[in-house]
Amino acid sequence: MLLGGVVVFLAIRAVVVPKDFGKFGHYRPGALETISTRSIAYAGHEQCLQCHDQEAKVHGGGMHAKVSCETCHGPLAKHTDDPTANVPKLPDVANLCRRCHEKDAAKPKGFHQVDTLAHSPGMLCNSCHQPHNPQL
Amino acid sequence: MDLSRRDIFKIGGKLLLLASAGATLDEILGAAPPSEAYRMADHWWGMIIDIDKCIGCGSCVRACAQENQVPAGFFRTWVERYQVEEGKQPLVDSPNGAMDGFPPSKRTDLKSFFVPKLCNQCASSPCVQVCPVGATFVSPDGVVLVDETYCLGCRYCVQACPYGCRYLHPQKRTVDKCTLCYHRITKGLTTACCENCPTGARQLVDFKNPKDPVHEFLRNNKVEVLKPYMATQAKVYYKDLDGAVR
Repeated sequence: MLLGGVVVFLAIRAVVVPKDFGKFGHYRPGALETISTRSIAYAGHEQCLQCHDQEAKVHGGGMHAKVSCETCHGPLAKHTDDPTANVPKLPDVANLCRRCHEKDAAKPKGFHQVDTLAHSPGMLCNSCHQPHNPQL
Repeated sequence: MDLSRRDIFKIGGKLLLLASAGATLDEILGAAPPSEAYRMADHWWGMIIDIDKCIGCGSCVRACAQENQVPAGFFRTWVERYQVEEGKQPLVDSPNGAMDGFPPSKRTDLKSFFVPKLCNQCASSPCVQVCPVGATFVSPDGVVLVDETYCLGCRYCVQACPYGCRYLHPQKRTVDKCTLCYHRITKGLTTACCENCPTGARQLVDFKNPKDPVHEFLRNNKVEVLKPYMATQAKVYYKDLDGAVR
């Protein structure tokens, strides 16, 4: 009776438990491959610089040099896959600059901040400042 | 064949020993990589966060949501603003997880700063310990992940996480969390949040890489993890973390 129970248990276990379960720990190792093979949305700064060398030159010498292109322009992995089919939109300047540079007591003291309403009400930042290489 | 109970337990014990020996051998030799070029055994991932560099712009939150298709109203990472007045409970806000930044605060009389939050990638994780089906686990390279096909959606892990980093995905009905962009870091890229942080306040680090700047960073700075008293062996280190942060 006991032996029969064990055999049935082992037979069911062989069917329902993946062969490699427990290989690295108490989990299904196939999950690692499933998660790691998902596609990316952000191509990365280096990818952009490979084609856009003019912008790279201007951007690389300015105060925004360490800001990734996709931080302002959005995820562009699809654009790098097919540059003509997936053309990125220009950023929403009215909100984009404000998110980083609006004056806030919690921001680090040395970071460039501005009270946008007092500074330039109704004007877009890029009317005066060049976003790829801003001058104060 | 006449088998006694003693024989059955003996055979079972031997099988168990063999199985566990197999697992240990795999771990020693280095786990099979998700891709050909990537060896899990060569990495031990974490993150360093420099609070003094965070400007609360929410770029990390937006990037994470775009990269990982995080549903609206849920967050794998978010930013909190602390405003601390001496002798009082700190004021903490995080409107929509800081997806659109913060409304400006002019309270210069308070100690104010931003704190980015995400899964702390604990090496001894409470969420892993409570999962009844082995759906959540620490990978051989130190990332806490969820196997969507095994997750029952019981939410024990959501309750167990001391940092509030997990949620039940409203469509999938399985638990979702930060994967430290496992699909990116295994391809040699950094995480979406680190890639898009304009001030470099967040940096992905590999503790097993002797050339990683993290070693110098840890040597030269005062760092702390969140809730160290939970003994979770968290791998997200904060520079100059204020005592008011929870």
